[in-house]
Amino acid sequence: MTEDTAVCADTEAFKHELLETLPHLRAFARGLSGRPDVADDLVQETAIKAWTARDRFTPGTSMRAWTFAILRNHYLSELRRNRRQVDYDQEAAERLLVKDADQEERLHLDDMQVALQELSPERREAVLLVGAGGFTYEEAAQISDCAIGTMKSRVARARSELATILNDENRSRKGQPRKPVKGKTD
Amino acid sequence: MEYALSQPTGPKIPKKKPDFNPDGKGGEPGWADGLRQLYNSVLQEPLPDSFDDLLKKLDKGKDD
Repeated sequence: MTEDTAVCADTEAFKHELLETLPHLRAFARGLSGRPDVADDLVQETAIKAWTARDRFTPGTSMRAWTFAILRNHYLSELRRNRRQVDYDQEAAERLLVKDADQEERLHLDDMQVALQELSPERREAVLLVGAGGFTYEEAAQISDCAIGTMKSRVARARSELATILNDENRSRKGQPRKPVKGKTD
Repeated sequence: MEYALSQPTGPKIPKKKPDFNPDGKGGEPGWADGLRQLYNSVLQEPLPDSFDDLLKKLDKGKDD
């Protein structure tokens, strides 16, 4: 095999692995942003960034972890630039407040999406990485560029907040008042 | 190369997602199951047509 052929094979392997990761990137981005259109933009931009930086990817390491880190960094950068956190689905958020008390006591995945958006970005990404994406605390900490202890703390607090928010969603359906969610920082 | 984020034009929530039980099962809180369902529901979606352009860019960029 010539050197050119080897490079071409590596490029094809990288592309194949990147494409296989796209659905996971979409799921992570959807959870982060709460908006399908914004999520797909994030994924496409992430894929282009990953492709451009493919020489820095170490074959044999996790493509998913590498691209998730690119996506979260890009997302947070866009968040700081555009303040997109105030631009999530307000209409869906308001649904939490207007549910009829006689609705059956089941929650919808849309409610989970809205509840996620009530978390701080750091806690949201933490619980998405560990609770949904299946990453270990160590992997998630590397993706989020923080200490393992910080990641564990973020996940624990995110879990607690989600439980409170979704429990209050049930309470509001029963006609009971919702409790405010406290603490949005580490 | 700069790729601007597009502004939303369509409905913000495409369709009603399935339910999950808030009480959970197997000793696990229901929201944990719901979180994974939310993630997995996106995994199962086909890639939208807008990704065709991405694939073309990757093909075109092979010789970069």
